[in-house]
Amino acid sequence: MLAEGNEVSVLDENPEAIALLNRGQDQSWEDLGGSFTVGTALEIDALLAAGIENADAFVASTDGDNTNLVIAQIAQRRFRIGKVVVRVLDPGRAKWYAEQGLQTICPTQTAIEMLQRAVRGEHERRGSVA
Amino acid sequence: MYVLIVGAGKVGWNLARELIDKQNEVTVVEASRRRYEVVEEELEHNIQYGDGTELWILERAGIERADLVIAVTGDDEDNILICQVAKEKYGVERVVARCNNPRNLQHFELLGVKPAVSATDLIMRLIEHEVPKYGLVHLLDLKEERLEIIEMEVAEGSDADGQPVQSLGLPEGALVISILRDGGGFVPTGESVIKAGDEVLLVLDIGIEESVTERFVSRTAAAG
Repeated sequence: MLAEGNEVSVLDENPEAIALLNRGQDQSWEDLGGSFTVGTALEIDALLAAGIENADAFVASTDGDNTNLVIAQIAQRRFRIGKVVVRVLDPGRAKWYAEQGLQTICPTQTAIEMLQRAVRGEHERRGSVA
Repeated sequence: MYVLIVGAGKVGWNLARELIDKQNEVTVVEASRRRYEVVEEELEHNIQYGDGTELWILERAGIERADLVIAVTGDDEDNILICQVAKEKYGVERVVARCNNPRNLQHFELLGVKPAVSATDLIMRLIEHEVPKYGLVHLLDLKEERLEIIEMEVAEGSDADGQPVQSLGLPEGALVISILRDGGGFVPTGESVIKAGDEVLLVLDIGIEESVTERFVSRTAAAG
């Protein structure tokens, strides 16, 4: 997203996580113009420090489904962010919250569908499902 | 009444005991296998093993016919989510959520999960209720002279809020010696008006503290 010319701010509770953003890049994440804030998602102060008030889009993709679902709703209802995307691993919760108007991405469901297509031999390009 | 409790920690287990004693039908859901096995020895068929934030686990536990869902896990996000789906997906009329971190209370409120019970808040309210001297600091106790100097914070809506010193109706043996406001302090006259947020220094005869402090605490707290 940063390479596409967007302003990107990352919030993570682990201060070491910035190493992942820097990995394989010639310049550091921050030199490239990205920002990085240490804090947990439910801390309003951390969200503010990460610039949530000016955000056009918000992505909730921590490793906790429930954290993502709660924080996404906070982004939507409290900070009125127009574009909110949530990662939810559990297909059941992803489906129900999608029905409630949240844009959920469920990697589990996506993988299931890809596997099904692969088994049925429906994949368009050879090797694309490896 | 059919009660579904998510989380078999100290709170969940004891709630289940009490509710079963009072002839309710209770199911507890616990996500830790170890904890489940411990509690299962006592609660037997009243406890099920599973992650109570997964919809099929809640359905297996009969959430659709629950009269009350209580979310008391150690994780606030989980408690919010459980109550949200209980109300909005399964039409459960009453939910109660435990709020572990009082800072998260605003999130429970925002997402319509109420009541949310925070132990920290409950204890704070008890302190305010049980200890009428809340907001009071003893600056100096002159035991032999039987005098004391105290500092009181003026609460909003208290009797003193908006009153000039001469209209406070303080008992004999009490005198306002200083008002601290906006980082400064001054010695008041009878006309000086006291405002909420001020800190007031008083010199008192020992033994009349209670009848003085009640003028500076909010009326609802004073009534309790």
